[in-house]
Amino acid sequence: MTTAPLLSVENLQTHFITFDGVAKAVDDVTFRMDRGETLGIVGESGCGKSVTALTIMRLIKEPPGRIAGGHIRFKEQDLLALPPAEMEHIRGNRISMIFQEPMTSLNPVYTVGDQIAEMFVFHRHMRPRQSWEQAVGMLRKVQMPNPEKRAHEYPHQLSGGMRQRAMIAMALACAPEILIADEPTTALDVTIQAQILELMIQLKQDTGAAIIMITHDLGVIAETAQRVVVMYAGRVVEEASTQALFEEPLHPYTQGLLRSVPRMGQRARHGRERLAEISGVVPSLYELPEGCTFHPRCREAEKICRRQVPEIKELGGGRRIRCWRRE
Amino acid sequence: MGHLLEVENLKVHFPVRRGVLSRTVGYVHAVDGVSLHVGKGETLGIVGESGCGKTTMGMAVLRLIEPTAGWVAFEGVDLTTLGGRQLTELRKRMQVIFQDPYASLNPRMTVRHILGDPMRIHGLYPGRQCEERVAYLMEKVGLTPEQGNRYPHQFSGGQRQRIGIARALALAPQLIIGDEPVSALDVSIRAQIINLLIDLQAEFSLSYIIISHDLAVVEHICDRIAVMYLGKIVELASFKDLYATPRHPYTQALMSAVPTTDPRARQQRVILSGDVPNPIQPPQGCRFHPRCPRKFGPCAESEPPLIPIAPGHSVACFLPQ
Repeated sequence: MTTAPLLSVENLQTHFITFDGVAKAVDDVTFRMDRGETLGIVGESGCGKSVTALTIMRLIKEPPGRIAGGHIRFKEQDLLALPPAEMEHIRGNRISMIFQEPMTSLNPVYTVGDQIAEMFVFHRHMRPRQSWEQAVGMLRKVQMPNPEKRAHEYPHQLSGGMRQRAMIAMALACAPEILIADEPTTALDVTIQAQILELMIQLKQDTGAAIIMITHDLGVIAETAQRVVVMYAGRVVEEASTQALFEEPLHPYTQGLLRSVPRMGQRARHGRERLAEISGVVPSLYELPEGCTFHPRCREAEKICRRQVPEIKELGGGRRIRCWRRE
Repeated sequence: MGHLLEVENLKVHFPVRRGVLSRTVGYVHAVDGVSLHVGKGETLGIVGESGCGKTTMGMAVLRLIEPTAGWVAFEGVDLTTLGGRQLTELRKRMQVIFQDPYASLNPRMTVRHILGDPMRIHGLYPGRQCEERVAYLMEKVGLTPEQGNRYPHQFSGGQRQRIGIARALALAPQLIIGDEPVSALDVSIRAQIINLLIDLQAEFSLSYIIISHDLAVVEHICDRIAVMYLGKIVELASFKDLYATPRHPYTQALMSAVPTTDPRARQQRVILSGDVPNPIQPPQGCRFHPRCPRKFGPCAESEPPLIPIAPGHSVACFLPQ
């Protein structure tokens, strides 16, 4: 590795201090990403995937949040060490983010045109008129139908798919180097999801932005990402190229996850097979199990799994795994 | 004949009111002429995107929403004209599981009450029998009877859905309508609940109507599947026919839009343009024609009826492929 990665997250720990105790939402997360690649982060609710994204954006409110350790390097800068004023020049400009529910992340009292134009005024110091033209141009770029008219509308006047297009227009306004997409299509219907994913793939080719695609949907990951990080209870448990992960998952959690999902067309072609279950429930972040956090649900758990947290191991070829049974 | 449930030309229109006098200015055609049947021990799936009327249809079958027109017959008895006691009598034979296990359980009732109340209301399983049945149901759905004194908030999402299923089973119904029964659950929990539903069906010879937007889940559970679009069924077929040879352009687009984890199964994607139209003023002619890649002359003029094109396979399209 001669060139430095675009983004590297090292041993990140983000905790939340509440009346119920300390919730270790992110507890030792390490990954890196290169220019122009799409990295998938997959996991169930509460695994820390969104908190990781918010920490990269420095959007964790402190208190109750606390970044307890680690580094986030964006090129040569450590984002966690930047003063807030400098972070503002990165956030939305060089790294931007889109969220799951566009209705709650767009401001209801401004038109979408105003909200996109603000990006150009704030980060590019443009005059109002010029910024408005740019905003309409962005809406056109995300294939918003009738962009000149839609720019004058408020978020509630748009459909779910159009709102997500407006969010993407805003996020890409300043041609960021990294776009973090946190469940960008979860709230959308499947035909609209297909439109938005297609749009993101196309815009990525046009702009060369790297994308972090965060989702619980293994299908979305399989279709968009080149590399995947699997998270469970605040930790990375497996990392692999998308193809390797889906062809040969190694971690018992990833294996269980892939086997527990019915695949479309499977029963019509091969008859019904009983779905493999992962027993038990996702652990509470306040009372994480000792040792490997997955051990109470793991078929292969041994004595050591209950006692000691496994380290994440490099297997070569970009694969990493955190499991005692794969030593 | 001999179907457990028959639905004929069911319509549910909701009035749209505007202004100070709340005058009715139009109707949302949520369900607009749906006919189907469910056999004994059979599972019928209803798939479609949000706003297609699938949930309203399910609730209208139970008369939790009053139908505007059409009839629903349960074992030959028309439900739509029943009132009072007769309706209550029939309701214990058809039950429902809701999507959100957080919102559909009373937070102030213990599990024992949640499961025991239906039995008391219907005067079934008196005294000790009720307690025994509660314990029995809890075991059937994978909980322990000792958890009966707990409140819903003390359970995880998956466990709550198990309670919702036990409640639906409490009166030993013949038909259960599941409205997105696994959508709110985590991926790793879904398989547990899907397997449970399949096991319970075999054990109690239940009939199900499973309403879902998830095509893979519906295929896995259901025997026959109806695809809905804007209040109408556009295609109805056995799971095998529907997934092997979908004939309606909407079904084809829906299926090709589902992201797949299997690179070999990946196919040419049909991406529909635009959004689902407003159900207050559904498009003239075929409701799907503004988004349809295969539309031609007649599609904008008249509405294609749902007609059989193969045994057990009906399509509402002028150009079924």
